[in-house]
Amino acid sequence: MRLLEYQAKELFKEYNINTPDSISSTDIEKGRQDAKKIGYPFVIKAQVPVGGRGKAGGIQKCHNEDEFELNYPQVLNMSIKGEKTRAILLEKMSEYEKEIYLSLFLNRSKRCYTVIASADGGVEIESVKNQIIRDVGLGEVSKKIAAEIAKEIGFDGATSTHFVDILQKLSKLTIEKEAELTEINPLVVLKDGSLLALDGKIMTDDNSNFRHNELLKYREQTELEAKAEKSGFSLVELDGNIAVVGNGAGLVMSTFDMLSDNGGKPACFLDVGGGATEESVYEALTLISKMKKVKAILVNLYGGIVKTTIVASAFIKAYDNNLIDLPVYARLMGAEADKSKIMLKDTKTKMFDSVEQAINGVVMEVTKTG
Amino acid sequence: MLKGDKNKDGTYEKQPVIVQGITGKFGSVHTKLMLEYGTNIVAGVTPGKGGQKFEDVPIYETVTEAVSATGAKISIVFVPAKFFLNAAKEAFEAGIKLLVAIPEHVPVRDTMQAIEIAKQNNAIMVGPNTPGIIIPNLIKIGIMPASPFAEGNIAVLSKSGTLLYEISNSLTTSGFGQIFTLGIGGDPINGTRMIDAFDMIKDKSELDGIVIVGEIGGEAEETLAQHIIDIEFKKPIVAYIAGRKAPREKRMGHAGAIIMGNYGSAESKIAMFSKANIPVAKRPTEVPILLAGKIRKK
Repeated sequence: MRLLEYQAKELFKEYNINTPDSISSTDIEKGRQDAKKIGYPFVIKAQVPVGGRGKAGGIQKCHNEDEFELNYPQVLNMSIKGEKTRAILLEKMSEYEKEIYLSLFLNRSKRCYTVIASADGGVEIESVKNQIIRDVGLGEVSKKIAAEIAKEIGFDGATSTHFVDILQKLSKLTIEKEAELTEINPLVVLKDGSLLALDGKIMTDDNSNFRHNELLKYREQTELEAKAEKSGFSLVELDGNIAVVGNGAGLVMSTFDMLSDNGGKPACFLDVGGGATEESVYEALTLISKMKKVKAILVNLYGGIVKTTIVASAFIKAYDNNLIDLPVYARLMGAEADKSKIMLKDTKTKMFDSVEQAINGVVMEVTKTG
Repeated sequence: MLKGDKNKDGTYEKQPVIVQGITGKFGSVHTKLMLEYGTNIVAGVTPGKGGQKFEDVPIYETVTEAVSATGAKISIVFVPAKFFLNAAKEAFEAGIKLLVAIPEHVPVRDTMQAIEIAKQNNAIMVGPNTPGIIIPNLIKIGIMPASPFAEGNIAVLSKSGTLLYEISNSLTTSGFGQIFTLGIGGDPINGTRMIDAFDMIKDKSELDGIVIVGEIGGEAEETLAQHIIDIEFKKPIVAYIAGRKAPREKRMGHAGAIIMGNYGSAESKIAMFSKANIPVAKRPTEVPILLAGKIRKK
């Protein structure tokens, strides 16, 4: 799961990592009440699961009611990199001396957690200069290592003590919540030398959800994504008009790439899992039938164990039951492909020997129908 | 380890294999298919079903019992993700030296613990979320269909299962059979990393070339490319990367297939491969063409 800023900050609070006073809301009525509680000046921050919102205008300062009334609806209704604002966070403005970068992430090649810190924070990680990178094993970060990192950043005295404390708490949070990434950017140094987490980002391991009931309230799933998960599929919805379906994540990604290379715009990425059965394909078509934006379906299945005729009968059943009326461009690799072609002859499903041909067909189809 | 001792007639002694979860929905289907392929499955493990048989294979209560009855050092696991860590621990402590971990959706923390236990016991884990290993015409320890693979001298190492089948099929139809193919798995943390799989086969004298099937997420491809530069490996290598057009910060089916910032992007992997003089195919069917070019130039 990718937690929104306000959700990450709820976890920071739980672990006693200092954050500015803030309240989240999803409508202006509640926002007005929050404004009274926080008091001017404050910032309103778009809660979106994507970086770069500052540049996109998703963070606005409000010094008075007029600015609030103007900015709140604007930020609430905006989309950043295709992601709609989920909520608004009203946050007390902080005066600070310096912006630091701090994160812990699961280092996949070294199979341990790695700390990244920098005295030049406040920009996206790619632009963070003078990165201090330290592998810290699988356990919590020790006081000694945290103090060494503090020293490298240039902290001493009380600020160093604060930093060690925050890094240790962040590492405890990372391990206990099974996070792949926890980031505080910026972590700011206040005039009195203490530290405050001004922004937060947390990504947790979805596969550990079953033992983290406390995190499930943060889970964001569309109705279709929830249905897909129930069937054991993975679904990513996008804003194009061609549904991309296949078995196995790698194969679907590959199909997705080739479709995009040829000018097609994917409406979704739908992986029905390594095996393909009549039920799974029928279930996939049921999901797609609920996406209004879809104009055509591109199917790429590597059968192997399952006969393609079984898949073909799923298409026929879907047309017979009036589940779909969309054209399907399919490449079904596996046994009895010729027989499947005959079965599908008088339907809206066209079968191809190669995925390249199926892609050309579907792109032409969508271009024709606009 | 997968190839047993050579017999007088030139064939290899078949290595005994245990199946953990042999009576489960998935385990039973694939046990049959592995037996059909000729894999020497000597025992199964399903608690509560010890003493019974499945397809003439004796079932035991525990891995320890199965190991002491058969002497097998290889096991393939089909259990729900939640129970994987216990199954892996049991296997390594019973003396299993190669564990092929099929389950998908194993929490990363459990995988890391399983890797630690493997290390302590001097064992290797492949996966989780792997299709397994196949040496065509010799042994199949996995869930891959048999049809895409043929005997030959090309190694295929892949993060993805179905792309492993797709690309191996494409190689086979172009006359490039395989000496060894292995799926490292689609998870963020793999028992056998891309670089470990590469090191397993790089020194085989019969090896004519290697195909690396990567995808977005992590830095396994970059690490391997750097390793190839460092050791000045000279045999032909071709790569394919899935997910060039995937949106950022979205998990694309595999738990590991996610770009965070620039970490894990296809651009980074392709750039590193081209630094190592490894061509990257744009489509799976382009792989054998690029490989043929590389082999000809040699």
